[in-house]
Amino acid sequence: MSREPAGPSAGLPSAGLPFGGGDGGVPAVEVRGLHVDLGGTPILTGVDLTVAVGEWVTVIGPNGAGKSTLLRAVGGLLPAPGAITLFGTASTALRRRDRARVVATVAQSPVVPPGMSVLDYVLLGRTPYIPTLGRESTADLDAVHEVLGRLDLTGFHRRELATLSGGERQRVFLARALAQGATLLLLDEPTSALDIGHQQEVLELVDQLRREHGLTVLATMHDLSLAGEYADRMVMLAAGKVVAAGTPSEVLTEHLLATHYRASVRVVPGTHGPLVVPVRPRAHL
Amino acid sequence: MTTTPPPSRRAGLRFGSRPAGSSAPSAADRSVEPRPAGLRKRWLVAGVFAVLVALVAGVSLGPVSLPAGSVAAELLNLIPGVHLDSGLSEREIAIVTELRLPRVVLGLLVGGLLALAGGCYQGVFRNPLADPYLLGVAAGAGLAVTAAIALGGAGRQGAISGLPMTIPLAAFVGSLLAVTMTYVLGAAGGRSSSPAMLILAGVAVSAFLSAGQTYLLQRHSDSIQPVYSWLLGRLATAGWHDVLLVLPYAALTAVVVLLHRRELDVLAVGDDEARSLGLHPQRTRYLLIAAASLGTAAAVSATGLIGFVGIIVPHTVRLLAGSSYRAILPLSLLFGGAFLALTDVVARTVAAPSEVPIGVVTALLGGPFFVIVLRTARRVLT
Repeated sequence: MSREPAGPSAGLPSAGLPFGGGDGGVPAVEVRGLHVDLGGTPILTGVDLTVAVGEWVTVIGPNGAGKSTLLRAVGGLLPAPGAITLFGTASTALRRRDRARVVATVAQSPVVPPGMSVLDYVLLGRTPYIPTLGRESTADLDAVHEVLGRLDLTGFHRRELATLSGGERQRVFLARALAQGATLLLLDEPTSALDIGHQQEVLELVDQLRREHGLTVLATMHDLSLAGEYADRMVMLAAGKVVAAGTPSEVLTEHLLATHYRASVRVVPGTHGPLVVPVRPRAHL
Repeated sequence: MTTTPPPSRRAGLRFGSRPAGSSAPSAADRSVEPRPAGLRKRWLVAGVFAVLVALVAGVSLGPVSLPAGSVAAELLNLIPGVHLDSGLSEREIAIVTELRLPRVVLGLLVGGLLALAGGCYQGVFRNPLADPYLLGVAAGAGLAVTAAIALGGAGRQGAISGLPMTIPLAAFVGSLLAVTMTYVLGAAGGRSSSPAMLILAGVAVSAFLSAGQTYLLQRHSDSIQPVYSWLLGRLATAGWHDVLLVLPYAALTAVVVLLHRRELDVLAVGDDEARSLGLHPQRTRYLLIAAASLGTAAAVSATGLIGFVGIIVPHTVRLLAGSSYRAILPLSLLFGGAFLALTDVVARTVAAPSEVPIGVVTALLGGPFFVIVLRTARRVLT
């Protein structure tokens, strides 16, 4: 079985040269006219989305808008013939293993296998590099140790994943995604299980990794203020359609949030992006 | 840009809470590079040792007790090129090689297969209670074998030692049909279907197939006697013929399942994540279900219904050697074989000169054990 050469740093892509070219012209993700039906119900109807290499784009939208479905389609978990291009290559043309080396997903609430140690869990991220029916090489282990060190998890490698706190677990989930060596990170509600301090920490960490390794981030988030603080651009989905896209201050407006979330909010300018503050509707005063 | 920068201050503060005792990794710590979970050499040695102990004990103990040392020497003589003086008479050598050895070897094979199949089902279904019996796989094989005997006349002469080659194939078809029924019924709840649903479906399928078996036996009462003695589980009539019948299926099952031991660890994180890691979980699942069902079918067609091995052995291995399927599967094969061969020793000595059906012994051990598994698995099932 032939193996791709994988140096000790195979776990982390070097900055500035992602899969398919770093010339800046080819977007990391390009979605054109994406339609997804689940069990006969249309979930996404004609979604367009472009994420440039190195960019952080956050998808927001009310419950049931299709955010997670969009992320699943980009991650190759739902059939989307012809609609999705990753780093210039049609997603359907990629074999599953090859796609796994380009796209890493952190699910909303990943399964925590009972009894599995942090080391073994992060090692799962090397699966796309391990030959089918084969076993991991020392290069795979080196990559895992490098990622564990990078995420300040070295002391945790023997710990059972199930015994870690929410913030620690979230970092282990990120570590697995990084060990995959992918340059596109899909984060589905990465902070939904965390308190406000840990939410900021995880997002700071993602941003730091993004800058250091030239990663591209496509995330979904519910906390709008937090989403606006970290995203370069935002896309608002409602009922399976893109209803707004642009910088956080263009998307997070009182009018758009009232229309699509049926929310009563004040939008206050902040340092990095607008801050969304919920207020009680006038009728109840 | 790729050099390690100091972690951000916030991250350093909050995530700096390392587990006690490891706050300052020493030089010794770093030189002992942590290894991923897998099959440790000491457990492999223990497994092989258990098989050898079961082999010698199984051959020495019985109505004619033979010294273990002589038995070991006689067993070594079976290796080409080895000639040791075991001190056994011609008749005793015949007892070793023609009567007891095939029985012990069949016990090793069947026990190994049932334990391997149990461990494999537990991984494939992500369900700690999955087992060839609880999933209805064994009942499906049992019905198929009963049908083959009752309708095909395979057992009319009384004993069904010297099974025709078609019996394992019929059992395989029966077991595949049963596991498919259980799978479809258990998944009827869609995404909300729980591990408990699968087991309940297995119980229902088992009951349904057992009823079919009873009906067949009522209609063909002349085959009740051979089928009944086979149903209780028996290694008693085992000759080399039975061993040779099971061996190819056992080898195929063991190779397919063991090759996928790492993939089973990946499947533990769920299908979506396994898919985003580049695997084809459904394809792997179907292949492994087929392989485990083939192994179960071969075991059932040779020795009848011997329950609980697929629960007892993988769970004990999991407790001792860790939760990775890289350890669970090969060790289940070894310890499962040793367990059943030793259980057979108990079954034929405890009430000597008569024999207790081996299925009765495993059920007596397995019932209480199942309660323990149920208690520890409660978290997973709710």
